[in-house]
Amino acid sequence: MKVDRRSFLGLGLGAVAGISVSPVILKLTDDSSIWTQNWPWTPVPVDGEVSYVSSVCSLCPGSCGISVRKIDDRPVKVEGLDEYPINDGGACLHGISILQYLYDPARIKTPLKKKGDKFEEISWDDAVSMVAKKLSDIRSAKTPEKLACIIDKDQGSVSGLFKRLMKSFGSTNLYTMPSFESYLELTAAALHGKGTTIGFDLENSDFVLSFGAGVIEGWGSPVSCFKANASRKERGAKLYQIEPRLSNTAANADKWVPIKPGTEADLALGMAAVILKKNLFDAAAAAKFKGGFNKLAATLQNDYSLSKTSEITGIKETDIEETATLFAKAKMPVAVFGKGRGDGSQSLKELIAVHSLNCLVGSINRKGGAFIQPVKNYLEFPEESMDDAAKEGIAKPKFGQYVHDLFEKVNVSSQPAVEALFVYQSNPCYALHDTKTIKQAFGKIPFVVSFSSFMDETAGEADIILPVHTFIERLEDIPSGAGLAKMVVGLSKPVVKPLFNTKHPGDILLLIAKALGGSIGKNFEWASYDKCLETVAGSIWKSLSKSGHAILAKGVPEAPPEVDMTFLAGNPASVQSNGDGDLMLIPIDNMRLPSSAPAAAPFSIKTVSDEVLKGKDTVVEINPKTAGSLKNYDYVTLTTPVGTAKVMINLNDGMMPGVIGMVKGLGHTFDNKYVSNKGVNINDLIGPVIEPGSGVDAAFGIKVKISRA
Amino acid sequence: MNKNDKKAHKFGMVIDLDKCTGCGSCMVSCMSENNVPFKEDESNKKDSITWMRVYKLTNGKSFPETEIVYLPRPCQHCGGKGDHGHSPCVSVCPATATDYGYDTGIVSQIYTRCFGCRYCMGACPYHARYFNWWDPKWPEGMEKYLSPDVSPRMRGVVEKCSFCYHRYQAAKDKAYYDGREDIEENEYQTACTTACPAGAIVFGDLYNPAHRVHEIVKPDPHPASINSTVVGKSRNPNVFRLLERLGTNPKVYYLSEREWVRKAGDNYLAGEWDKIKNHHGSESHG
Repeated sequence: MKVDRRSFLGLGLGAVAGISVSPVILKLTDDSSIWTQNWPWTPVPVDGEVSYVSSVCSLCPGSCGISVRKIDDRPVKVEGLDEYPINDGGACLHGISILQYLYDPARIKTPLKKKGDKFEEISWDDAVSMVAKKLSDIRSAKTPEKLACIIDKDQGSVSGLFKRLMKSFGSTNLYTMPSFESYLELTAAALHGKGTTIGFDLENSDFVLSFGAGVIEGWGSPVSCFKANASRKERGAKLYQIEPRLSNTAANADKWVPIKPGTEADLALGMAAVILKKNLFDAAAAAKFKGGFNKLAATLQNDYSLSKTSEITGIKETDIEETATLFAKAKMPVAVFGKGRGDGSQSLKELIAVHSLNCLVGSINRKGGAFIQPVKNYLEFPEESMDDAAKEGIAKPKFGQYVHDLFEKVNVSSQPAVEALFVYQSNPCYALHDTKTIKQAFGKIPFVVSFSSFMDETAGEADIILPVHTFIERLEDIPSGAGLAKMVVGLSKPVVKPLFNTKHPGDILLLIAKALGGSIGKNFEWASYDKCLETVAGSIWKSLSKSGHAILAKGVPEAPPEVDMTFLAGNPASVQSNGDGDLMLIPIDNMRLPSSAPAAAPFSIKTVSDEVLKGKDTVVEINPKTAGSLKNYDYVTLTTPVGTAKVMINLNDGMMPGVIGMVKGLGHTFDNKYVSNKGVNINDLIGPVIEPGSGVDAAFGIKVKISRA
Repeated sequence: MNKNDKKAHKFGMVIDLDKCTGCGSCMVSCMSENNVPFKEDESNKKDSITWMRVYKLTNGKSFPETEIVYLPRPCQHCGGKGDHGHSPCVSVCPATATDYGYDTGIVSQIYTRCFGCRYCMGACPYHARYFNWWDPKWPEGMEKYLSPDVSPRMRGVVEKCSFCYHRYQAAKDKAYYDGREDIEENEYQTACTTACPAGAIVFGDLYNPAHRVHEIVKPDPHPASINSTVVGKSRNPNVFRLLERLGTNPKVYYLSEREWVRKAGDNYLAGEWDKIKNHHGSESHG
């Protein structure tokens, strides 16, 4: 057919007319608008009945009460529990993020066995029998001390079961990770006798003198401290913060006193000298001091004169004198210690020196002061039956008092000093100083069993992983500690059914004991952990199960304890930092980044400032004067005797010149892209410094060299 | 609802910057309450969705005179010039995806209406609005914790703080069920307010003299004497709003005893601050 002009126009017009009459265009437009308003890949949360379950958080030693909002059986939101004796409705960002831990991509879903560099899934039966076989071998070799165990804390029934297993097995090599509570007990033991601990009555004190304690940076029981701090103004109370850096606590305080890093003990002693010299101490209390108080007083007057203290600490003489005088003259003063969160390495001399100020001004067991109380052992485990192997084993000495002693022993021994190691809910391969040597020690231990919920750095080093329920999937007693004035045991409850093929740590120990049999099996004859808790919690179980918590002690303790000044009277040396760099690298505790297990949740990481973490780089704080020609976000290389790292810098006027501050809690390496492979782990750069006299790792920092990268 | 309705509320908040510790609980509580997603890298704060964001302010002095204060910034729920409901963002939205609630004073955001032109983001002087450059993604299984009270958003729309409007709806439902006409102060509190461990955030009805927020702010119902577009200026000398003189009339007030902090709420020419720092609303209503 020939297409002429007429037929072309005719066809064209016909087509136009046809299309305009047809509904196709309208239909297509409508369809496309509907299509662009559909997002099938965006989740639509299912609605249902709302309910609330109360429980207790055990992410940190704070032990806050939480209230979990559920839609049918799905937990959707975590908030602070109103009227709970510790936090009364408040919550920290980590507690609110609990549900992200529940669904964490790094959750371990089933028991695992190391094969080469990878893990393979195994059944619970196989896992437990492999552990039991290894333990039986150790026992038949008559070397029960070669089973070592690291747990996260000293108190509570799960720790109790680990201790029980170790004792029945015949090993004394049970260690806890350093925590604020452990430092409190060490300090109390040195001054007031073993088996006591310290609580601070911050909410009633009218003058808080803090030697670097991050009162609003996660120190102690964080939410309780936030509350006490917030009511300061209404109560007319003062907070003086002594630390090298303008931390949030320093910024919020009535006065910030910058101090040369690592000289806090000297300042405390200098202040004690001022208080003694000006006769501002509580004579009645001081009259009862034992262990060479007069000798100490003489030493203080000689070695800690105002001018000497000022020279050591870099603080003006008038500031030292004024602060000491204000502290001593306050009605209810309290001196608090434990730099940062209080769970990092601390010098026992410093802790004791600071706490001596409380003793001097009579703030012990007084409202608004420091409460000295016996550590309450509220659990009643039946006496263990011990076979001969166990009796022989526990007669052998422990490798050392602290967890770093264990790794030291493993690293120096040519034969395996430890045949098997249990690690429960702690992450020594990340959280201890000089992680390289810790990992090296793990490499030398033939059989490592991890009891963890997450595939963290330490779980990755294990030979067998026995995955445990997260704390919102299980029942457990959660004792408070961490410097709270009152002692509360909370009951953590299963808020949600376990998501994966995990078990309660207590139940795993029951299974292992049963597989071992003999007297060990007999010591664990409970039907389940839940039954065990009910039995051993004895007198407080009723209160625990009914109201969710039991109060063991509150109010001012009555009998004032003895004060023994022996440790300080011996005039111990102060801890020095390692290295030969001209700058000092110190760790920073940031409320938004947990520094130990478990790692931060994605929400918490999201809140971290870009002055702390930028992309995949840690940003360190440095004073503009120290930085010279360096600009914000310039890359530098930090070199210490332990390691090197490339980081960015943030020019920060709140940092003391000559000091570099690096945040703790970054640089994780396990498989969770929201949390890991971000920044540097400061423990790769700082090595342990063992304090003479106490044996604790007291590194407060390390000398560092800095160069443009 | 008519804006002259006697039952109208004007929800607002006052944040005590001297109590705020910068801990971040408000940010996380907000994200968890409102199904805010997260990405692998959130350190580029320009594309990091934080309805509530805590800023760090410094006094700019060098060591050891430096001071820091933290300033939490939700959506300011502006009433616009003269407090007539013409918020900067509402005025520019071509899709009526964001609107002013005359019964509550809350600026809404309707995600399915928004087509992502981002005019509102340009108009907002407080950077309170965020654009979804990507679809939200939760790690496998984690979408089970999402709350049915707030729709998850999709790529291509703007989102912001709603003063937890769903909590207001739930409180109203409960009041209706109980046969009450209105809700109590404690029945409607935002997620950031309830989470704050320092108790630094106080939320309530700025129209209701019995509410704590009103007691602290003491809002002046009349236009300010030096700038008639400003309404609701606080008569508390320690209370201020951000960029107050723009006449955006935010419903978020800040409290600080420190003068440098109050001064940081706006930009001033040399000498200007001293002239206006003592204007605290009309005396006659004190």
